[in-house]
Amino acid sequence: MPEHQPQPTPLLDELETGPWPSFVTEIKRAAENNPASADLLGLLERSYQDRKGHWKHGGIVGVRGYGSGVIGRYNDVPDEFPNVAQFHTLRVNHPSGWFYTSDALRTLADIWERHGSGLTNLHGATGDIILLGTRTDELEATFQELAAAGFDLGGSGSAMRTPSCCVGQARCEWACFDTMKFCNDLTQAYQDEMHRPPFPYKFKVKASGCPNDCVAAIARADLSIIGIWKDDIRQDDAAVAEYAASGLDIARDVCARCPGQCMEWTGAHLTIDNRDCKRCMHCINAMPKALRPGVERGAAILIGAKAPIVQGALLSSVLVPFVPEAEIETTVRELLSRIWEFWDEYGKNRERIGELIQRVGMAAFLDGIGLDPRPEMVAFPRDNPFVFFQKEDVK
Amino acid sequence: MTRITDIGPPHYEKFLHPLIQRNYGHWLYHETLAPGVLCHVAESGERIFTVRAGSPRLLSVATIRRIADLADKYSGGYLRFTSRHNIEFLLDDASNIEPLKRALNEAGFPVGGTNNSISNVVHTQGWIHCHSAATDASGIVKALMDELHPHFTREDLPAKLRVAVACCVNMCGAVHCSDIAILGIHRKPPQIRHDALRKGCEIPTLIASCPTGAIRPAVVDGKRTVDVIEEQCMYCSNCFTVCAAMQMNDPENDGLSIWVGGKVSNARSEPKFSKLAIPFLPNNPPRWPEVVAAVANIVDVYAHHARRFERLGEWTERVGWPRFFELTGIPFTRYHIDDFRYAGLSYARSTHLRLRP
Repeated sequence: MPEHQPQPTPLLDELETGPWPSFVTEIKRAAENNPASADLLGLLERSYQDRKGHWKHGGIVGVRGYGSGVIGRYNDVPDEFPNVAQFHTLRVNHPSGWFYTSDALRTLADIWERHGSGLTNLHGATGDIILLGTRTDELEATFQELAAAGFDLGGSGSAMRTPSCCVGQARCEWACFDTMKFCNDLTQAYQDEMHRPPFPYKFKVKASGCPNDCVAAIARADLSIIGIWKDDIRQDDAAVAEYAASGLDIARDVCARCPGQCMEWTGAHLTIDNRDCKRCMHCINAMPKALRPGVERGAAILIGAKAPIVQGALLSSVLVPFVPEAEIETTVRELLSRIWEFWDEYGKNRERIGELIQRVGMAAFLDGIGLDPRPEMVAFPRDNPFVFFQKEDVK
Repeated sequence: MTRITDIGPPHYEKFLHPLIQRNYGHWLYHETLAPGVLCHVAESGERIFTVRAGSPRLLSVATIRRIADLADKYSGGYLRFTSRHNIEFLLDDASNIEPLKRALNEAGFPVGGTNNSISNVVHTQGWIHCHSAATDASGIVKALMDELHPHFTREDLPAKLRVAVACCVNMCGAVHCSDIAILGIHRKPPQIRHDALRKGCEIPTLIASCPTGAIRPAVVDGKRTVDVIEEQCMYCSNCFTVCAAMQMNDPENDGLSIWVGGKVSNARSEPKFSKLAIPFLPNNPPRWPEVVAAVANIVDVYAHHARRFERLGEWTERVGWPRFFELTGIPFTRYHIDDFRYAGLSYARSTHLRLRP
């Protein structure tokens, strides 16, 4: 390998000062023995000079038998930066909850040092391990080494994307179901849908163990599974008193902030009218030693979140208000098969499920997947009088 | 040799600390020992200590090995990453907390990001790897976090403050529900390269890709292509994603917008979208001073005026948006009034007006 003379990068160098860890330093570290990373640095400096990106549109690249998992990238000045003329990225299924051992990280680092730029994202926006940049002829070899080490590719394009979940019951007392088991089971169950894109567009599933929603399921997942409980908040009065004694203003900072207005603090005793509790988590967040979710646990299933492309951003909305813990996985898998069938039948190219529901209406979607309407699904009943009555309801 | 495919990820169980395996699903409560340091107590009485550190998300294999070495030395080799790109070392021995914090600080990883802090910034690829980026992402995050760093290492805000950067409206970083979001934007319709379009794009697919129907068939120099009804284009780049001949990059006019008041959590108020605070700031690498100053100003105003436990969007809802614009000094313009689908839902449809003499 020829000695690689680093080109000056005066603009990027300015991002090596200051207290926050620098991605430029990371690229330089990789560039010490990797010509692709050295050229990436040069190309990025060029972008900083002329204020525009230099990556061209994808192009289809991948590994044998897979239609996704690799993002093709080529730069638009390959004569000047030949070592990143091809700079494809692999998405790799992350272990649920993003748990690793040091050895697992070293295994990934070794594989990527042999076959790619030596640069990664831990992690990408969807949650995958991102191996950032390699040549077309390295893809299959990288994939095979990853597979031998027990790793596999994630999704891209119009495919199931790698599901993600919060830390769940591994280290959180609030998790109302086993998010990590759920996430791992789903990732395994839908490998085919992940690797061979079968849908009109992408499909994301995210699982959070409680309504704090640490993986942003309600904002980012086509199907959002969010842990919740049915019975009463568990309350330890002695611990409540400790919080009060330690200076927490329970009336102002806990009760007054309760969206259900269902809590009362007498100065000595806290009462919760659990019928009006919205399961928002605020009081539990504020007093984790004193209050806990109930014991009748499960999850709410919501549908349709997405970022703005194409028709505008959406938050997920309630599809099933409560599924008991033991039935979450079978319910989700049954729902997914019906949702995907409906989407396959009626969805347009690049139309997310949330946009399809907006287009045909929630009621038609519910008919299509065989679910009955429930008042929990709406913020309020319709306020417009133009009702399309079904033929069978009129004489 | 048989080719291995479709095996999925390694099972998480083999990466779990033995103490976590023993107490899986049996946690009782947690406490914050210091910013970036959590203690989770199990029903069994066992304790697992978490030390959280910020990372640039983009990591070289050399740095990954360094992180692995720190894990070996201080946490038995067990660690995880958070949904906001923080590294969490999982310790069963409290006496390792301070030495690990010192080692992390020496290695350049700030410890913090818990509770009422600014945690790490969720962001996208930007110019490092994306074809549709209107700006860089990592550079803005670095410049911004250099400035906001004290809010990462201290829990000194009224509530948590979640910041995100997306380099275009595709929003891989899901900035649309963040307390403060920085969004790369285009401001002009695509430049059509008719030669490339004829060679590389399907015209019907291209026309169908436009959410506002602004793309229509046309004939140029006797050949079939498209044109764009400019006043109908909202620069979403969707056409560029299906057809590379619809060039969006425009160094003179691309830039950043700032959005505020979104949240994901259901705590207290419902999850909500971020709202437009600043419609345009110049794209000014390498340190984006206008963006950094604008965000720091919003953080300061929020920190001084919001009540305890009040997220930025909850504060603005309580005091009203006119007060937000007054306190931040940000001008309110025609661009702040929505004119896309369901725009009318955002108009003030009451006389609940916080007027002052």
